[in-house]
Amino acid sequence: MFTETDIATLDTPSAEPDFVPSKFAPKSVRGKSVNGSNNSCDVRQEWVLHVRRIRDEKDQLAFAELFRHFAPRVKAFLIKSGSDATTAEECAQEVMATLWHKAHLFDPSRATVATWVFTIARNKRIDVLRKQRRPEPEDLGWGPEAEPDQDDVIALQQETAQLRDAMAALPDAQRELIQKAYFGDLSHREIASQTGLPLGTIKSRIRLALDRLRHAMN
Amino acid sequence: MSKDIKHHLTDDLLMAYAAGSLPEAFDLMVATHLSLCDHCRAQAESFDAVGGFVLDDHEMPLQMGEESLTATMALIAKGEPTPKTVRPSCSVLPTPLQEYVGGDVSAIRWKSIGMGVKQAILPTTREATARLLFIPAGAAVPDHGHNGMELTMVLQGAFSDEVDHFARGDVEIADEDLEHTPVADMSEDCICLAVTDAPLRFNKLMPRLFQPFLRI
Repeated sequence: MFTETDIATLDTPSAEPDFVPSKFAPKSVRGKSVNGSNNSCDVRQEWVLHVRRIRDEKDQLAFAELFRHFAPRVKAFLIKSGSDATTAEECAQEVMATLWHKAHLFDPSRATVATWVFTIARNKRIDVLRKQRRPEPEDLGWGPEAEPDQDDVIALQQETAQLRDAMAALPDAQRELIQKAYFGDLSHREIASQTGLPLGTIKSRIRLALDRLRHAMN
Repeated sequence: MSKDIKHHLTDDLLMAYAAGSLPEAFDLMVATHLSLCDHCRAQAESFDAVGGFVLDDHEMPLQMGEESLTATMALIAKGEPTPKTVRPSCSVLPTPLQEYVGGDVSAIRWKSIGMGVKQAILPTTREATARLLFIPAGAAVPDHGHNGMELTMVLQGAFSDEVDHFARGDVEIADEDLEHTPVADMSEDCICLAVTDAPLRFNKLMPRLFQPFLRI
């Protein structure tokens, strides 16, 4: 069983800085310790490898690193969305457990790990805070040869980082409205004026990944 | 998967779906459409990525309890909750709808609302209503009033109105201002999913349904 002591034996330096840079900051120092690079694309790639290690080897050290990064963020996200601290803590644990169980479903040619964790946390919020079912689209599934091409994975991860940079350049007021929308504070009518986001490239990339999955199914 | 969907969901609905702020009935509409439309699915997953930034760049990640990792490993050790049974996708109703109906078209519990038109209201939260509509080939859709926003998506057959022709996967977005007369194609009975964010007005209008020609 995993203990706090085990974490201390990780041969990486302190995995988390004491602060998080400003919203959507393109150059992040988070996760630096994981691979000794401050390039956000590399960091994101590294989280992808963490999920692979959980999927392939049930790697508890990889999980502990993901946990230390994402669990506090999930908790903060849930509290911002109206949860009390106790519920948010419990839900964050459940979200991270889901990440472990569903690691085989993660497709890095369609989403970054942060995006994937967000979708799990969002569904948890709908389930627990709004007490509502969450209909999800039909699963495209994984064919026997559906493991994504590494080039596709790198391209998606990089293009998502570019979108993040583009969003960092948005005026503060618009960024705050987007955050409000994702904390569940805006109705879809209020969202209507907030959708002029530069999603084009990443959308094309995801579309290619969907085409690949459709192809694998046929 | 329909390759030739012409009428898509709007960005504000896709973003609200990604943000998780839609009423359940609208979530069901979006999930059903995304099951058929890779164009909108890619857009919705791009909006998920925006959510990823919001989560990841949170200014103050909160400390987890001291034992939280241990507690999570204990949760994991309990095993995965029973996964949902996956229903076959080659059917009239995409998977998310089948989960509400309990099967494909044959499992729908229709109720007649007159003129051969039938409906089945699906169990969602009450902020908005989702229902399946059956319109016999060649028949007109009775007016049920657009008090708020109404989305209608074709699942089988097709219909036409003053706006355009709508086939499987196409979504018509109607608000209070739209006056239209949808008529099902002659070739096949039409089945639609309709979602509205205002209370249904069908019952008040029942007498009108028995008029020989519907004022729509």
